[in-house]
Amino acid sequence: MRAYSRPTEFNWWLTNRTYFFFVVRELTSVLIAAYMVFLLVLLRRLAAGPEAYAAYLRFLGSPGMLLFHLVALAAALYHSITWFRLAPMAITLRVRGRRVPGATVVAANYAAWLVVSLVVAWIVLRS
Amino acid sequence: MMMAEQTVAERTITLEVFRYRPEQESEPTFQTYEIPYREDWVVLDALNYIKDSVDGSLTYRWSCRMGVCGSCGMMVNGVPKLTCSTFLKDYYPRPIRIEPLANFPVARDLAIVLDDFMAKLVHVRPWIIRRQEEPLEAGEYRQTPEELDRYKHFSMCINCMLCYAACPIYGLEPEFVGPAAVALAQRYNLDSRDQGGRERMGILSTHEGIWACTLVGECTTVCPAEVDPAAAIQQAKLASALGWLRRVLVPWGNK
Repeated sequence: MRAYSRPTEFNWWLTNRTYFFFVVRELTSVLIAAYMVFLLVLLRRLAAGPEAYAAYLRFLGSPGMLLFHLVALAAALYHSITWFRLAPMAITLRVRGRRVPGATVVAANYAAWLVVSLVVAWIVLRS
Repeated sequence: MMMAEQTVAERTITLEVFRYRPEQESEPTFQTYEIPYREDWVVLDALNYIKDSVDGSLTYRWSCRMGVCGSCGMMVNGVPKLTCSTFLKDYYPRPIRIEPLANFPVARDLAIVLDDFMAKLVHVRPWIIRRQEEPLEAGEYRQTPEELDRYKHFSMCINCMLCYAACPIYGLEPEFVGPAAVALAQRYNLDSRDQGGRERMGILSTHEGIWACTLVGECTTVCPAEVDPAAAIQQAKLASALGWLRRVLVPWGNK
């Protein structure tokens, strides 16, 4: 018997909505990684002295960099929101023999995310 | 009355069917059949009509025609479906394209080679493993309804392989053990009568096991038995990660 194989096409992720949004979520990681690189450079500039730091801040304030940070923020939000929405798949909690509904697990994750974000915002913005 | 019946009988629907006859062609082709349209017909009824009245050479698998046996899975307009529960009326009047389940080699026409799936199923040891079997006179292994509830939905799998056809990871990395096999392994891992969790985790917690999965989630969407294999894989990942943490952080956790 000569079986016929059909290898996966390069454009597989364009053939179905779920595949497409899955690949979008994976690609948001690239923007988040790029943001981390700029953040690390910022730390280096800070160590290099006040002038270097001020020059780098001016660079970060340029329209292109502002646009990049807005896109990176949107990517991070999309990634986080869709990520926490998947939490009930992995986490099955039982209280008194009954399974905690998925919506409660998602809500608890969102609440924890909000609290952590508020703490970080408070640390950054309190000065 | 006669008039109305005649008008209904004249309505037709077009089926574009994947054909592959290894003894006469090296590449598959699509064959178009125009057949009567009936509102209460499913895709499998249409294929049976072709086989009985138009072209007896068409090859495909089917058995129960009521969504239980899991043999009639095919790609219907690119989506993995049980053809016995996919109605023509959801596509009419547009043509319907029918192909064999994606990601599997094609033996002939709409019939795939399923050896790989069968091997993977056995590989994850989906049966109750006991360190030591109790003697018969000790009676049955008892289980409460709550204990049954933990794994019951994972036990509903009918081995139809729609989840494998929906999984792009399985398409790209054929070594991946795949959604249904992990769901069945997890069904036994969560069974209070089973003691083979550690043995099974050794098989599952590898790249070809659970870690190749990147949670596309389409396996759960196409599952006709509401097994939720994507959840089974994520739960196995969590259990595996927690097990690793226990071994690394807690010296006495490795018992």
